[in-house]
Amino acid sequence: MTTKLLTALLIGTSILGSAGVAYAEDVTLNIESWRGDDLTIWKDKLIPAFEAKNPGIKVVFAPSAPTEYDAALGAKLSAGSAGDLITCRPFDKSLELFKKGNLADLSSLPGMDNFSPVAKAAWQTDDGKSSFCVPMASVIHGFIYNKDAFDKLGLKVPTTNEEFYAVLDKIKADGTYIPMAMGTKDLWEAATMGYQNIGPNYWKGEEGRQALIKGEQKLTDPQWVEPYKELAKWKPYLGDGFEAQTYPDSQNLFTLGRAAIYPAGSWEIGLFNTQAQFKMGAFPPPVQKAGDTCYISDHTDIGMGLNAASKHPEEAKKFLSWVASPDFANIYANALPGFFSLNNTPVKMEDPLAQEFVSWRGKCKSTIRSTYQILSRGTPNLENETWVESANVINGTDTPEAAAKKLQDGLDSWYKPAK
Amino acid sequence: MAAQTRPKKPIRWHIGVFLAPAVLVYTAVMILPLFGTLQLSLFRNINQAQVFVGFDNFHTLFGDPNWSVNFWNALRNNVWFFIIHMLVQNPIGILLAALLSSPRLRFAAFYRTAIFVPTILSFVIVGFAWKLILSPIWGVAPHLLDFVGLKSLFTPWLGKEQYALTALSLVSVWQFVGIPMMLIYAALLSIPDEVIEAAECDGVTGMAQFWKIKLPLILPSIGIISILTFVGNFNAFDLIYTAQGALAGPNYSTDILGTFLYRAFFGFQLQVGDPNMGAAIATIMFLIILAGVCVYLFLVQTRLRRYQF
Repeated sequence: MTTKLLTALLIGTSILGSAGVAYAEDVTLNIESWRGDDLTIWKDKLIPAFEAKNPGIKVVFAPSAPTEYDAALGAKLSAGSAGDLITCRPFDKSLELFKKGNLADLSSLPGMDNFSPVAKAAWQTDDGKSSFCVPMASVIHGFIYNKDAFDKLGLKVPTTNEEFYAVLDKIKADGTYIPMAMGTKDLWEAATMGYQNIGPNYWKGEEGRQALIKGEQKLTDPQWVEPYKELAKWKPYLGDGFEAQTYPDSQNLFTLGRAAIYPAGSWEIGLFNTQAQFKMGAFPPPVQKAGDTCYISDHTDIGMGLNAASKHPEEAKKFLSWVASPDFANIYANALPGFFSLNNTPVKMEDPLAQEFVSWRGKCKSTIRSTYQILSRGTPNLENETWVESANVINGTDTPEAAAKKLQDGLDSWYKPAK
Repeated sequence: MAAQTRPKKPIRWHIGVFLAPAVLVYTAVMILPLFGTLQLSLFRNINQAQVFVGFDNFHTLFGDPNWSVNFWNALRNNVWFFIIHMLVQNPIGILLAALLSSPRLRFAAFYRTAIFVPTILSFVIVGFAWKLILSPIWGVAPHLLDFVGLKSLFTPWLGKEQYALTALSLVSVWQFVGIPMMLIYAALLSIPDEVIEAAECDGVTGMAQFWKIKLPLILPSIGIISILTFVGNFNAFDLIYTAQGALAGPNYSTDILGTFLYRAFFGFQLQVGDPNMGAAIATIMFLIILAGVCVYLFLVQTRLRRYQF
């Protein structure tokens, strides 16, 4: 009896004691995010991996709905109840938070030098001097194709423009498949999967994008009009009634095996892997002439920053350094095929389609979408106008030249490049 | 002294007490926001601070082609949206009501319910259902036309600049035709039997009875329906937003004042919302609707009174 009581007491005190210790030392970090889809990945893979190496720090991933995220985050930040770590949208939305003093400067964070300047550009001040979010992932544009269809029709993956149209012509002549699954109803498909996908090959990626921001190039210059001329040529290869075809329609046409080529963003990989019953492959946007340098849109999409009002900045910085490490990149990129780590250390990925996409980084030069940095701050909004005009060009409502002129006129009306 | 002799009027507290809940709620959710919007439209955000700028926002809205082109386009589309409703929805509503009120019609209650049901459906359901019906890929519309050999008439209506707005207006007509039908139906039922019997004694029957007796008697209801249609159409937003998105494509051809306001106020994608310009647009919408309602109240309704019993 006494021994039992004694053991119980002993066990009790030991539990209480350890609880007390844990209470005194553990720091809990909260992550704000809009990626509710990633909740299980964070809970089961990422956070345990971090906590195992950093005892005493507990991390809680607390996402809110994507459409509410920006408003909810703004309210929480001004009320002082926001989490320690904040998932960053690219460009202006996060820049605004930084300017308001909500995000801390992370330029000197250990691990930041694991990223290239292009990767960091989405979360930097316009002069590039301070960085305020750790880049987490990007999405790459290209074309996904139905391998079975290509084999059946004896087609080779096109590398140049000429081959690209030859392949499309053959698919069209055969008639079994819709050559290309894309619609113009939702507008952004035409702009994002069309213009921003093939464009970098013409405006030479970063070179053209920077020149546009500096005002040295205009959207009416040939290298910016040329992609529109290509888009105009796509019209006969799209499915019947593409004008009313929505983005989910395009996805379904492709995954049901009714279309052969899908102008894609790498974020589709996860969905397509589960839905498509055939083998898939991918190719980068074809270059104009064989031997040309290729450029790809490797668009920075998601990052993580530090709430300037956090009570545990040291622990939060430790976590961010880990986010900047190859360790994190490895787990994240494999859990979410299609969201590629921006880390300079190459990540080994299991998914063959994701591997194909990421392999282009080695042979092509990376850039981000031309309209995202600085140029979409005014009215009319360049990004929105690009959506509308890209759809117009494919629909044949506007000629490529007219579309480019409208965009440049709109941009000129408010944008004065720094001289 | 005189005041003391006069019987003292009790303060009628109960009037205030009974009005208070409605007045308070209405003030809180309607009147204050309305004045808030009007006030917001006179300010502008300069360096993170609200600065009073007078009518500058309106000046921008009408003077700056970047805004005015979109505004006039939205207004034009909105007028067309309204015209379709007036020309299609209301006559069909009256026709259906006249048919329903015919005593010889069987299953009248069923028809009445069936036609009214779409009105209580959510916009989201209506928008998505019609998007699917009209889809060139999975939709039933192309197949149905194919059955009757008219496949050649099918075009992707929602994706064509020249048809999209009309198609959406007709979808909206389909959804809301139940409202004029119900109101007219009620008005037709309320016509006293003596009037009808007197007309029959005078030999006015059938179509003539409808045109000469019933229609004049339901004119006030038609007036009410017109003004409800007007207010509803100039405040419309949801159907366009669910079917075409906030950019109201193709090429802004379905952009109405509601979607234009939404983009300006809340922003879209990379476009940052500008509550002040949004409030300016909202103010103009309010004035347009106010003007329409005034025209109705002072010019139309005063003349309609004559016909009332």
